[in-house]
Amino acid sequence: MFFEKNKETMSRKDIENLQTELLKEKIEYAYKNVPFYKQKFDEYGINKNSINSIEDIRKLPFTTKNDFRDNYPFGLFAADMKKIVRIHSSSGTTGKPTVVGYTKNDIETWSSLVARIAAAAGVSDEDIIHIAFGYGLFTGGFGLHYGLEKIGAAIVPASSGNTKKQIMLMKDYGATVLVCTPSYALHIAEVARREGLDIETDLKLKVGMFGAEPWSNKMRQKIEEALNIKAYDNYGLSEVMGPGVAGECETQDGMHISEDHFIAEIINPDTELPVKDGEYGELVITPLTKEALPVFRYRTRDITKLTKEPCVCGRTSARMYKPIGRTDDMLIIRGVNVFPSQIEEVLFSIDGISPHYQIILERAGALDSATILVEANANLFFDEMKKQRQFLDKINYELKTTLGLDVAVKLVEPHSIERSEGKAKRIIDKREM
Amino acid sequence: MDINDYKITQISVFIENKKGRFYNVTKTLKESKVNIRAMSLADTMDFGILRFVMDKPKDAYDSLIEKDFIVKKNDVLAIAIKDESGGLSELLKIISDLDLNIEYMYTFVNALENKAVMLFKFEDIDLAIEKLLDENIELLKEEFFKRV
Repeated sequence: MFFEKNKETMSRKDIENLQTELLKEKIEYAYKNVPFYKQKFDEYGINKNSINSIEDIRKLPFTTKNDFRDNYPFGLFAADMKKIVRIHSSSGTTGKPTVVGYTKNDIETWSSLVARIAAAAGVSDEDIIHIAFGYGLFTGGFGLHYGLEKIGAAIVPASSGNTKKQIMLMKDYGATVLVCTPSYALHIAEVARREGLDIETDLKLKVGMFGAEPWSNKMRQKIEEALNIKAYDNYGLSEVMGPGVAGECETQDGMHISEDHFIAEIINPDTELPVKDGEYGELVITPLTKEALPVFRYRTRDITKLTKEPCVCGRTSARMYKPIGRTDDMLIIRGVNVFPSQIEEVLFSIDGISPHYQIILERAGALDSATILVEANANLFFDEMKKQRQFLDKINYELKTTLGLDVAVKLVEPHSIERSEGKAKRIIDKREM
Repeated sequence: MDINDYKITQISVFIENKKGRFYNVTKTLKESKVNIRAMSLADTMDFGILRFVMDKPKDAYDSLIEKDFIVKKNDVLAIAIKDESGGLSELLKIISDLDLNIEYMYTFVNALENKAVMLFKFEDIDLAIEKLLDENIELLKEEFFKRV
């Protein structure tokens, strides 16, 4: 299903022409309204005439999270507070939060973008949508809420917390769509089962729209089986808008980027040069239609790849694949680069493994060690020590072949890994650097 | 004779090698009024496998599952041997001569007068029952564990 079909099926040439025009306008707009960009553009000798084709975006400087911090709280805003109608911000666990603002038009744009990804996932005004994202400064809750309202669906803004009650609401109100983080979706399935619910008959869920944390295709399978739904991924980040930047269609083969609103590039994070088509690198996004907060070439730190091949759904937009990691969540263990998603792929390829795991990093002397905690269950428990060891050795071997690194695998009791209602805590780094 | 009469239900429990884990298992068994007849613990640095023979294996199994323990049921054989020097050795020689594979074994103390009881997990329990009975080895039945 489409929300704005004519825009979602523009020819590649029209998309690029539109992007070039919007980019020129945005450069002029930011130059006039944001001292930070005025100074940057002067320094780089950039004005709207520097842009003649979409490739010319490479002349522009990058914007990073630090630029947001340096201009905390409102230094990057281009609109007066009078025009701003909403402020969101990051949790700021590592310092000052990242603050973003929206004008009335921005909220409209954002809602339409979310409506697009919802329609692409098959959601319509017939649906009852249970949103278990936290409502608050985090863009997930309100972002999805406004977009889904725009589609005309009935929304249950459950927010986060109290899983048993959430399940009761889903059952009693007949939710057909679940919106939350993928790890929380699994937690819901587990609690529902423990409470004695029959997922197929007690719940009416058809579709899940999950985002806000990286998850693998194997995890998707687990969620789809556990909740008897189709699980769709979507992508966004508050610095460039929020959720709704990209989302999967029913083909589930990459997330369609709304390119009439964003320019997406993939660069090598070290050389900062574009990678070859289809290669993995860091995703860089330039929003083209934001009024409150124009941003250029934002470094998302997400590692992914793009394809511009036409999709069977009819959309012409570039698709981004599930990020396989972040430039900043890449773990360096004994000098080997490891993305937690690689570990997840290996674990989830083993039959019967529980979806709850945690990676513990420790340092003894100068040597790092990684231990992966996996929750045991009847499928993974053998009454014989020999078979139990063989099973653990097999996981260890698979990890070693994939990662090129020896990691210990430890079975722990069920429910001993902390469940999260927001983003799952997969990594416990106890190393003192 | 039904060879199934000689199959003794054994319950195995996965426990993490952490303080209080073993106690939690025994507490659950106590609450369901199950009496432990024989047990063994195989342990590693990280985890252990507890194996029990009990008077009420079904109650034990259900109560442990209820408490979210990871539990497996298996059949083992209970073999009575002379409680004297060489008793076990004699039995093991027979088992070895019969070419039966033992996966693990443990003892059941204070069972019978002048006799010791050993619990065996064989690779092929049916074959083991048949061959050991042929050798006139004394196999105990499950009722025995309900009585003692």
